[in-house]
Amino acid sequence: MMSAFSQHLRVIKSTLRRMFSAPLSGILNIVVIGIALSLPAGLYALLQNAQGVLSQASSSSEISLFLTMDAGSEDIASLRRQLAQNPAIGRITFIPRADALKNLVQSNGLSDVIAGLENNPLPDAFVVSPRTTHARELDALRSELQKLPHVDIAQLDTAWVYKLEAILEFARILVLILAVLLSLALIAITFNTIRLQIMTQKDEIQVAKLIGATNSFVRRPFLYFGAVQGILGGITAWIIIALGMHLLKKPIATLSHLYGSDFILHPLSLGDSLTLMLFSLYLGLMGAWLSVARHLSEIEPR
Amino acid sequence: MISFNQVNKRYPGGFEALKNVTFELAKGEMAFLTGHSGAGKSTLLKLIAAIERPNSGSVLVNNQNVSALKSAALPYLRRNIGMIFQDHKLLFDRSVFDNVQLPLEICGFDHRETGKRVRAALDKVGLLGREKANPIALSGGEQQRLCIARAIVNRPSILLADEPTGNLDAEYAQEIMKIFDSFHQVGATLLISTHDAGVLKNARTINLRQGEIQTAPGKEGMP
Repeated sequence: MMSAFSQHLRVIKSTLRRMFSAPLSGILNIVVIGIALSLPAGLYALLQNAQGVLSQASSSSEISLFLTMDAGSEDIASLRRQLAQNPAIGRITFIPRADALKNLVQSNGLSDVIAGLENNPLPDAFVVSPRTTHARELDALRSELQKLPHVDIAQLDTAWVYKLEAILEFARILVLILAVLLSLALIAITFNTIRLQIMTQKDEIQVAKLIGATNSFVRRPFLYFGAVQGILGGITAWIIIALGMHLLKKPIATLSHLYGSDFILHPLSLGDSLTLMLFSLYLGLMGAWLSVARHLSEIEPR
Repeated sequence: MISFNQVNKRYPGGFEALKNVTFELAKGEMAFLTGHSGAGKSTLLKLIAAIERPNSGSVLVNNQNVSALKSAALPYLRRNIGMIFQDHKLLFDRSVFDNVQLPLEICGFDHRETGKRVRAALDKVGLLGREKANPIALSGGEQQRLCIARAIVNRPSILLADEPTGNLDAEYAQEIMKIFDSFHQVGATLLISTHDAGVLKNARTINLRQGEIQTAPGKEGMP
């Protein structure tokens, strides 16, 4: 008796041979599956990257404390002590009003306008880095700091973090819907491919059944076909995503550099890549299984 | 080995292919099934391999009631029966060798073992030199012999042949009958349907007319 392993190996070999005996339609099927999968999987990869940016951004959030104009150097010193004692606060930076004006002149090119001013209109300011990255705790800390004496405005820019989170949530659901729809499409593609194959191999199936083939023997090559087509489609999707990421890498690096970030686009992780391929293998297998269950019983020898 | 007991087979539409058929074929026996076309010969053979099921009566093969077998058990019944079809049922998408190999593949034989067995079967029917050819390139007689090679490669204990010499001239038909004879010599049970009285030798015949057995079985045609 032949070992189960070598028997399966032979079926896989003949499956591949059959798939590429009509190379064009075989390859086209795989490409269609690859494109269908690369859409949700590619968007997912971008989403993962955006998620990274978001957590990085919220971890680097700062609260700016703009002081009242009447705050003297003693007030400032006492405020600094108070801030230093607050366990929720990490780094503290003091920006004197004169420095702030200098920065403004340098960065905004408003030197003419500013030169025309009689006094420096800018207040002294503290910039503090909270230890927490949690949006609600940040808000609480901001209100607490707002109440300190000589603090005019305590400003925390979390609104954009919330907005971005909402957008990402939206995108996540969009990706999910796409993934479900395109998975169904993939199952349908495999279902139909296998149906056509069963029809063209009707004679072979009948003869095999006449000379004692079990149902699982007849079923096996079709299931392998679905699975192999699925995993090749998954690999194609992976290549499409990798190529897309490669093309996007430079423009995104430039863009994030303009925003003062050192963010770079990460490719699909090893785990995500494996998941993609196994998932598409599973979908192919499922499409084949449904097709075989539906069509094979119709072919009985006469 | 094969035993029919009051078997009736009616096709949908009301055509009665077999009426009250009772006969027995002992292990190692060779018999011819004769009658005009439409007399029920093919139906009778199909009942043995459970390709068709009787409406009443029982068909026993190896003391197993074939008509009551579950469909999951059919493959194992058929592996023990070599079938030779009038229309050959060869696969033209593969070589002569691969056609003969198919039953072994189905039974899960070892690869090296299959090669030996396939060549032995091809040798027996005189097609050893054609193993790489496509069956479509073979003559009618060669195709029939290929079909026989496929039926015997698995060394089944029963051989059923449906009009194996139907489309062949007398010379080829004699050749094929010689092959059958040699299986009979080594102990196989054979049932061969034919409307061609010329090929009959001194073997037992079961004569069907309009679905009924004509003379008492077991006596006719014996020397």
